[in-house]
Amino acid sequence: MTPSRLPAPLRRTLSLARKETFQIIRDPSSILIAFVLPLILLLLFGFGISLDANSIRIGIVAQDARADARSLVQAFEGSGYFETVTAFDQAALEPGLVSGDLRGLVIIPADFTERLRRRDPAPIEVLTDGSQPNTAQFVANYAQGVYGVWQARRIADAALPAPAAITPQPRFWFNAELTSRYNLVPGSTAVVMTIIGTLLTALVIAREWERGTMEAVLATPVSRVELLLSKIVPYFLLGMSSLVLCALAAVFVFNVPFRGSVFALAAVAAAFLVPALGQGLLISAATKNQFVAAQLALFTGFLPATLLSGFIFEISAMPLPIRTVTTVIPARYFVTSLQTLFLAGDVWSVLWPAILKMLAVGAFFLALTWLATPKRIA
Amino acid sequence: MWRRLRALIIKEMLAIWRDPKGRAVILVPPLLQLVIFAFAMTMEVRNVDIAVLNLDHGSSGREIVAGIEGASAFDEIIHLQSVSQIRQAIDSQRVIAVVHIGQDFSRRIEVGQPADVQIILDGRKSNASQIVNSYLSAIIARVSAAAYAGGAPPDALRVRHWFNPNLEYAWFTLPGLVATITLLTTIIVTALSVARERELGTFDQLLVSPLRPLEIVIGKSAPGLIFGYLHGTFFVLVAVFGFKIPFAGSVLALYGSMFFYLLAVIGIGLFISVISDTQQQAILGAFVFASPAVLLSGFMSPVENMPGWMQLATQINPLRHFLVITQGVFLKDLPLSEVARSTAPLIVIAMATLPASAWLLRKKTS
Amino acid sequence: MNDASLSSLKPQPFVQIKNVTKRFGAIGPAALDDVSGTIETGKITGLVGPDGAGKTTLIRLLTGLSRPSKGDVLIEGARAHISQRALHQMLGYMPQRFGLYEDLSVMENLELFADLKGLSGEEREDTFGHLLKFTDLARFTERLAGALSGGMKQKLGLACALLTRPRLLLLDEPSVGVDPISRRELWSMVGELVDDSMAVVWATAYLDEAEKCDDVLLLSGGKLLYAGPPGDLTVTMAGRVFLARVPQETRRAAIAPLLRDASVADAILHGDAIRVLTREGADLDHVRTLVNAAVVPAAPRFEDAFVDRLGGGPDGRSPLAEAMIAHSDNGEAVIEACGLTKRYGTFTAASNITFTQKRGEILGLLGPNGAGKSTTFKMLCGLTEPSEGEGRVAGFDLRTAAADARGRLGYMAQKFSLYGDISVDQNLSFFAGVYGLSRPRARERIEAMLRAFDLTTHRNTVAARLPLGFKQRLALAAALLHEPEVLFLDEPTSGVDPITRREFWSHINALTAKNVAVLVTTHFMEEAEYCDRINLIYRGRTIAEGTPEALKASCANPDGSSVTMEDAFIELVARSEKEEAAL
Repeated sequence: MTPSRLPAPLRRTLSLARKETFQIIRDPSSILIAFVLPLILLLLFGFGISLDANSIRIGIVAQDARADARSLVQAFEGSGYFETVTAFDQAALEPGLVSGDLRGLVIIPADFTERLRRRDPAPIEVLTDGSQPNTAQFVANYAQGVYGVWQARRIADAALPAPAAITPQPRFWFNAELTSRYNLVPGSTAVVMTIIGTLLTALVIAREWERGTMEAVLATPVSRVELLLSKIVPYFLLGMSSLVLCALAAVFVFNVPFRGSVFALAAVAAAFLVPALGQGLLISAATKNQFVAAQLALFTGFLPATLLSGFIFEISAMPLPIRTVTTVIPARYFVTSLQTLFLAGDVWSVLWPAILKMLAVGAFFLALTWLATPKRIA
Repeated sequence: MWRRLRALIIKEMLAIWRDPKGRAVILVPPLLQLVIFAFAMTMEVRNVDIAVLNLDHGSSGREIVAGIEGASAFDEIIHLQSVSQIRQAIDSQRVIAVVHIGQDFSRRIEVGQPADVQIILDGRKSNASQIVNSYLSAIIARVSAAAYAGGAPPDALRVRHWFNPNLEYAWFTLPGLVATITLLTTIIVTALSVARERELGTFDQLLVSPLRPLEIVIGKSAPGLIFGYLHGTFFVLVAVFGFKIPFAGSVLALYGSMFFYLLAVIGIGLFISVISDTQQQAILGAFVFASPAVLLSGFMSPVENMPGWMQLATQINPLRHFLVITQGVFLKDLPLSEVARSTAPLIVIAMATLPASAWLLRKKTS
Repeated sequence: MNDASLSSLKPQPFVQIKNVTKRFGAIGPAALDDVSGTIETGKITGLVGPDGAGKTTLIRLLTGLSRPSKGDVLIEGARAHISQRALHQMLGYMPQRFGLYEDLSVMENLELFADLKGLSGEEREDTFGHLLKFTDLARFTERLAGALSGGMKQKLGLACALLTRPRLLLLDEPSVGVDPISRRELWSMVGELVDDSMAVVWATAYLDEAEKCDDVLLLSGGKLLYAGPPGDLTVTMAGRVFLARVPQETRRAAIAPLLRDASVADAILHGDAIRVLTREGADLDHVRTLVNAAVVPAAPRFEDAFVDRLGGGPDGRSPLAEAMIAHSDNGEAVIEACGLTKRYGTFTAASNITFTQKRGEILGLLGPNGAGKSTTFKMLCGLTEPSEGEGRVAGFDLRTAAADARGRLGYMAQKFSLYGDISVDQNLSFFAGVYGLSRPRARERIEAMLRAFDLTTHRNTVAARLPLGFKQRLALAAALLHEPEVLFLDEPTSGVDPITRREFWSHINALTAKNVAVLVTTHFMEEAEYCDRINLIYRGRTIAEGTPEALKASCANPDGSSVTMEDAFIELVARSEKEEAAL
């Protein structure tokens, strides 16, 4: 029960907010959206989406059976990148490439030993399954790496003179092992919070219009500010609690390092919830119909947050019109901030601009909602 | 029976087409997805900024910088002055990578000694930085080959990419879209079918007519099948004529296996529809099914990268199997035996879900 | 004191509606067209009219939530939409479907609205206690509002509207979908409340409710037909209303010549009598010869006046008769219910329902909400499988030959439930196909139905855009395409205007002449009077069966004076409760 000493506007707002909370807890579809769906998505993004190819199936066509070739085959088998099938005949392995059972073939030709002795520039050949471009790229790169390491060791073992060359020495900061989970899991938090901030908010308010309860409330002394606040506060808290859930899961279940501060994380998430909630409120003010609200929230909230936020696909590689669209997608700034907070730390030169841009988009949505929230049912 | 079915199918098609919301469901998502997926979904790297810290004063350092400046993947090249600027450039995500060339770089090369180039990459973008690294390495290798007069070129592999020689990402995306779009269209159209009638109160009207549950299931399946084929065909045409993607395999194999794929999806869609009371629940149900289905299909990331138990779980995902078929038929001229191997699980899924939803329909209405 | 000074002393009315017009969109007719009237404190003002008359639009104007396109709504002299803040302090508003949060309990709903209206402290506890007692909801405070029956929701909605003792109480169709018992309780509750400090606005489509109001604003198609006390309008019909007693079997035939006669404005079936509204100055002897029976004067009703204002009832001709074949009447029952029982878990929704219905007979299923009449209805038309017992329709067992049985029955659902997005023609083609009519046969039947229901000019209109009356005709046409032997009607005329309702029943009469059996459920007592027999269901069992007249007679007052159907309904339910309590 709300204490009666409070001033009337505050009491009205709190009472409405309390009602909103009950509605979320008691409606199965709200629970589905607020709790079940985030968990499913977190699991999917954490385990299901992985860009780390750690056991690509490849075939090795070993037409040379001499010591050097045998040692190279062993190097591939033991590399940890590949699961290998070895055969003498290329024709025996090609169907595997067609069916997708193998993603590449490493061909060690019959004259491999001779070529090696001649210092032939490219003694082995790699065939990849180009229908999976990303995997094909990995196969080529990893094969190159395995071969390079093997060659270096051979030269060292034989105490041969090392050929002079420029060697690139890459160092990947923040994520030395390049574990894709480290940036996918923090990024998925943006998707989860979009679902709660935008989809759930839009649905619950549209439901009020559909069931006629909005009319009953509007005919009481409630003001527009109180009404909007009472919708914002519970979903804000729910969104923040989902952040806690996601962050804990990221650190303790998915072992993602967290190098930033809790304060910065809270600040960034709070800034993101402003546009996310604003969008949800705007959708529900504009449609008053749960079905349309659900569709709009999915297509203008969930889909962009997943695909156009830079969380899976690199924004810089998109064509200019789409890159322009992404500048008004708040999730884009949130994903960047999250990846920075988890992997790099409190880099305020990244966080400040992101927070400001999110607030700007949020202010825009809230202003539209303010105009669209009809105190008059026209 | 045919007369009743015919009337029901005509009505189903009209009802979807005449309802503005139904029309929106049919037209908007596919176009939106065409734009987003076909253009935005890429693992390539373009338009990124690179910083260079060249402390070397010789020609080799300049050649590397020139190589980087000439690469089309990079947008702006920022020249740093000191090591201390590196952290700021990376941390603030101003650049994705810094190429650091040491003071004695050219001198070492001149005397025939091996030399290093340090590349610092932003691991927050693990995939992009990995690709940037391979671009930079290729540039460095080229300089290296030219730098050491008389020296042996570095060891390299001869790489050929079958089916997609230039590794164009669209060749992967568009055949995949044929499968994902038909999934989304069919699942939404079917999931809404029974729920819409329930919500509008017309479902009782159907149930008191002499239609049998099986006939209702067939009638409700037809629009999903028809729209699935229409959208599938549309995207095949867009891929072949719009994006000039080779279509190597058999049209018949693609359309034949699509039949079972659509049935499998329709079975799931009907199941969602029968358990939903309103259209809103149905569309959420379709969403709860479709997002994992797309994420775990091999379209967003390869199935073989997933943990074993999850790979096993993808077996019940029709999209995972059909994706192998569309991509295979387009690019690889997938042999019929392979098409059949991926169609078999689709048939199993359809045979499980369709009767299940017919049974549930009967149970829920009595 | 002269007249002028009197009128200057007369206080300004509490609410003044001044030449209000409200349009939604630039085209189409206005939802309210130049409506004027007053609402006084201490009175219940009825906002009366069929669906689409503009009742809800006017109520929303009164809440200040929407503003008039033209004219003014003045509440204590202030424009409603401008002085919203002040207005909402003194407003109690119960929207359609009661405006309750179904996921909140009874108490939580009350607390929410109390907080919103600023009710606090001791006064709050007192008010809760008082309202819970008043509405008899004290036992259910923990129950979710969504789990309440229609009648209880209505009471809770009223309680929420009454929390701060409003000065203006707006009730938007509080009696829709609520059975006569709950409706009567609500009336007495509101009657108790009204005093000099409160004005009540009660919107309703039921014309019998208008008579209970102190004042009415009678609306039709957005226009004001009458404003003032209902009695003043009813009394203008004095001397024009008569009851003609005719035998039950011939009453349907006897009504036809009356309806066609120029001296009769309206005639309807009323139990075993025909209620006749004559035109002004009609020759009573002429009427007597038309009906060939004794004619006694009767008290006029508000509905008579409304029908008269609309220019009298339809002529009772149904072109439908020509469009339907006559089924042969072999004297056997066409519906047989034998021990029909339906259980949901431990709850028995219908228990041992047994009755038969002859061809050409109209049987009414009546009962309070949740009593089991809908369950019985659903079992007989094949929507629900009985747990026990047998049902046969047109000779087909509902368990073993359900599809065949369904092929012989026509069904018209409560709310318009055809496909709104497709045209009249496409709707009919669909149902013709579903009922397996061959193509030439389907064409022939569709044309016949379009002609009979005067839908030919609308054949390409999208069904959702049809006027309400035409939607109803289309629904009936769709149910009759395959010439069913039995017609199931679920609350067929709730919310429609009296003229459309009369038209509808003239079609039904034409069908019974072709030996079609009609099974109807209704909350609407006048509809019950049209029935040949009534089966009153309460707590899953049949508690009374017989002709409307017999049921009324069984409840006659000790002094022998007749009672209304509604009185009989309430009395029979009360008796059954008493019997059960005695056991």
